[in-house]
Amino acid sequence: MRRFLLAFGLVALLVAGAVSYLASSAPDGLDAVTRQGCTATEGGQLTGDCIAQDARSQPLAGGPLADYTIGGNRGLSGLAGVLGVAATLVLAGGLFRVLRQRPPAVSRGRSGPPGQG
Amino acid sequence: MHMSDGIVNAPTSIGYAVLAAAGLALAAGRARRDLDERTAPMAGLVAAFVFATQMINFPVLPGVSGHLLGGALAAILVGPWTGALCVSIVLVVQALLFADGGLSAIGANITNMALVGTAAGFLVAVALRRLARRGRGWLFAVAFTSALVNTVAAAASFVLQYWLGGSAGVGLGTVMAAMLGVHALIGIGEGVITALTVGAVAQVRPDLVYLLRTAPLAGSVRWARPAEVAA
Repeated sequence: MRRFLLAFGLVALLVAGAVSYLASSAPDGLDAVTRQGCTATEGGQLTGDCIAQDARSQPLAGGPLADYTIGGNRGLSGLAGVLGVAATLVLAGGLFRVLRQRPPAVSRGRSGPPGQG
Repeated sequence: MHMSDGIVNAPTSIGYAVLAAAGLALAAGRARRDLDERTAPMAGLVAAFVFATQMINFPVLPGVSGHLLGGALAAILVGPWTGALCVSIVLVVQALLFADGGLSAIGANITNMALVGTAAGFLVAVALRRLARRGRGWLFAVAFTSALVNTVAAAASFVLQYWLGGSAGVGLGTVMAAMLGVHALIGIGEGVITALTVGAVAQVRPDLVYLLRTAPLAGSVRWARPAEVAA
């Protein structure tokens, strides 16, 4: 089990840290559709008639990892991806650890608080 | 397919935030039954893998790309409830750390990708479960179909949100045709990635593939849990 999980985690790190450099930088399906009919100005604002005409930039767009960069450095997007994988793993791993059932402590039927979780 | 803030109006965003919160609370309650010593770490890694794979935008049309959503993938591997939580966590990390996807739009995005996409994909997978157990090629086909439906369903959910609270004057038919068309193409990519991943896991650890476990709806339904004791 441990070997499988390690291998799975390694694949995730490899995908985020290395394969991600091969990713297309074209807008994704939703962005492409919602921007159809608008043109982007220098500052990234959209002008014209399109679904995304009133889209605002995100309040956290100035954050250190915004847009999968490290402080705006696109060359480090692989590192940003690795940090994202780690953050996701910690958050998800923590949540699922709390939620998981401890086999002996659980009584069936009610899904009440199963022990110390 | 992370929508930015401002594409749908405030009441719609708030409504979807409430809907997403309710869906996630339900999912968290149900996921408890699917999570144990073995599946909990697996589920954490599935979330991490979905995050990583969502970074890989593949071209689908000139100037248009797509990426995995991951709902069907996660649901096939760790069950629909845990799977919905996996994708939601990915979306939260993306919005908070990477400014990918709006903040006020987080409920709408979770609804599309983590709830609607995952549910649609999983329903297809369950409907085809018998086929999936027949062998490797069948499992591939089921995973592919399930993922394709997951992508198109998530796109349809966005069209509904636009209809409810879109602030632009673009016609609904136009939006629907464009969204569903592009996402049918993206769904092919999603299907291939999902089939390859599920196939690889099934090859080495079939016991870790939720869809292949024996009880008909193990964990999803309260009265279908006799296999738990044996496991």
